Amino acid sequence: MTDQTLATPAKPARAGRLPRINPVYFILAALIVAIILNNPAFMEPTGYMNFLKRAAPLAILAAGQLYVIVSGGFDLSVGSLITLVVVGSSMLSNNDPDATWWVIVVMFTIGLAVGIVNGLIVCFLKVPSLIATLGMMITLNGFAFMWSGGAPRGYLPDSFRYFGRVNIMDVPLIRMLPVALIVLVIVGGVLYWLMHRTNLGRMIHAIGDNPRAAQLAGVPVNRVRITAFVVSSLSAVIAGILLGGFAGVSTDVGTGYELQAITAAVLGGAQLLGGRGSVPAAIAGALTLMAIFTLLNFLGLPQPIRQVVQGLILITAVALAMYRRGRTGQ
Amino acid sequence: MTSATVEQVPERRPKFRFDRWAPALLLLTAILIYVVACLTTVQTQYLNWNNLLAVAGRSIALGITAIGQTFVILVASIDLSVASLISATAVLASVVMNGDPVMMVPAIGATLVLGVVVGLINGLIITRLDVNPLIATLGMSLIIQGCLSAFVSNFAGSVPREFQFFAYGDVGGVPFAILFFLALAIVGFLVLSFTRFGSNVYAVGGNRDAARFAGISTSKVIVIAHVICSLCATLAGLYLASRLRSGAPWIGANGVYDLESIAVVVIGGTILAGGRGGIGGTVAGVMIFSLIDSIFNVLGVDAFVKQVLRGMIIVAAVAFYAVRSKRIVA
Repeated sequence: MTDQTLATPAKPARAGRLPRINPVYFILAALIVAIILNNPAFMEPTGYMNFLKRAAPLAILAAGQLYVIVSGGFDLSVGSLITLVVVGSSMLSNNDPDATWWVIVVMFTIGLAVGIVNGLIVCFLKVPSLIATLGMMITLNGFAFMWSGGAPRGYLPDSFRYFGRVNIMDVPLIRMLPVALIVLVIVGGVLYWLMHRTNLGRMIHAIGDNPRAAQLAGVPVNRVRITAFVVSSLSAVIAGILLGGFAGVSTDVGTGYELQAITAAVLGGAQLLGGRGSVPAAIAGALTLMAIFTLLNFLGLPQPIRQVVQGLILITAVALAMYRRGRTGQ
Repeated sequence: MTSATVEQVPERRPKFRFDRWAPALLLLTAILIYVVACLTTVQTQYLNWNNLLAVAGRSIALGITAIGQTFVILVASIDLSVASLISATAVLASVVMNGDPVMMVPAIGATLVLGVVVGLINGLIITRLDVNPLIATLGMSLIIQGCLSAFVSNFAGSVPREFQFFAYGDVGGVPFAILFFLALAIVGFLVLSFTRFGSNVYAVGGNRDAARFAGISTSKVIVIAHVICSLCATLAGLYLASRLRSGAPWIGANGVYDLESIAVVVIGGTILAGGRGGIGGTVAGVMIFSLIDSIFNVLGVDAFVKQVLRGMIIVAAVAFYAVRSKRIVA
């Protein structure tokens, strides 16, 4: 193996070929075709724009989760952070539309703190991230209950719900443009740039691939790892703000989102335990997951079947990825 | 301890000792806090034999699940499907029995077969298809839960009086369930400590490649560990069916047995990376968990504050061991 690679370097042989395309994009395309065949209205702007609007929180969450996954960990606390953001915002803003701006600032501060604490626990107390963020999940859920006294009251002011709910109408060509989609494009762009165009992204890949080697090569492992957790938590805050726009205020808005975000990232080809992953593919993974749900909805399948299908797809996607990796040696 | 040991292996001594005694130390601390809490709040009625049994009996289901989870975590795998398997078992048992004592043996047989099948599938997906255990068992959990909810949506069937002996019966003043749990723990301990399979488990968890080169069939060990875990979850499901007198499709998810059993195992000193730990620690972990709940009850802590503290305690307990490790964790 090694001798061959040395004799005929792999690079020139592959040069001329088309770049390898992540299979998640084909799956997404196929699903969208299937949805359109089932429901032609999906081709109308209202159809696909509403789909993108509903998928935006999960896509942002998956892109943030990807940072932690590529660095070699998990972040299970994002779902409860979403809950805390939605419940906390409704408590703080107290139906006052003018409060929105400082409430959002407060929420980002909370997200920053949660990310830093997660990172510090993993880096300095050496608690595996699965347990550290599981503890954080339980704690944050408890805080959300405490804050609201178990029964969150009222609703969020319209100025807060602007980001998740409003569509900008009368846009040429596409007629309507949800604000959530703009947020998704901006956040996705920034996260793509950070992960694939900066040293930070390279260092995150490095510590996920081999933390010891990265440390010896001079990567500030702890700082990079904490940054990854902060990115994940901040993405959860953004997802929470969007979800607050179209889901109601309750203490279980965020339930299950942590596993869906991990599923989405894995569908996008991210490797659990680190070292491999792409932001656009994770976003495509999130859209794929939502497309699957939408399709099952159109087919009139009940909720339990959705669960079974989600489980099967999850296992199949990873099994296929591992099979491909085994065949191509990558 | 002795001076002779110090002369022979001076450099290994401190870490080795700490690892071994840490669960006991944590348990002692928890007991001490419990006793002090009872004394300071003048609730000495909680300090008798019956209440001790009540404390121990509170987490039988969690304990049985955690014993199985210990095997899986020791081989560096993980099982998230136990919660839905518990629900499925409880429903299956109570539907098959349907109040008829004659059907007890077929019901128990059917559930054990279910456990073996689920464990086999989990293990084979992980070893043959090379799927990350977290994803494989998460997918399996979704599939089981989906299939279950498709058929049952509420309490189904009922359990005959004879079968309720499992949860409510007494043998010489000690609840049968506690004896069963202890017997299971002892069997698990003996298997891990004194059989070839047990040492294979530690070898595979410690270093899978080295174990394979040493001639151990690593796949077989991992599959058997998963079968044991699923069987333990099945027993926990039978216990819950006996205790609730019927099975419902949400009892596993409501108890959060998947994540809590992992937390208990890790609090017991078994490391998530595999290869180190054991049943003794897990039993201590289960006791610590139920003591924490009892302490909160004695002190009259608010339910939401309880949850916040619980999350923090899980992280702190794991940090108690992990903080000394010099490895980089993720």
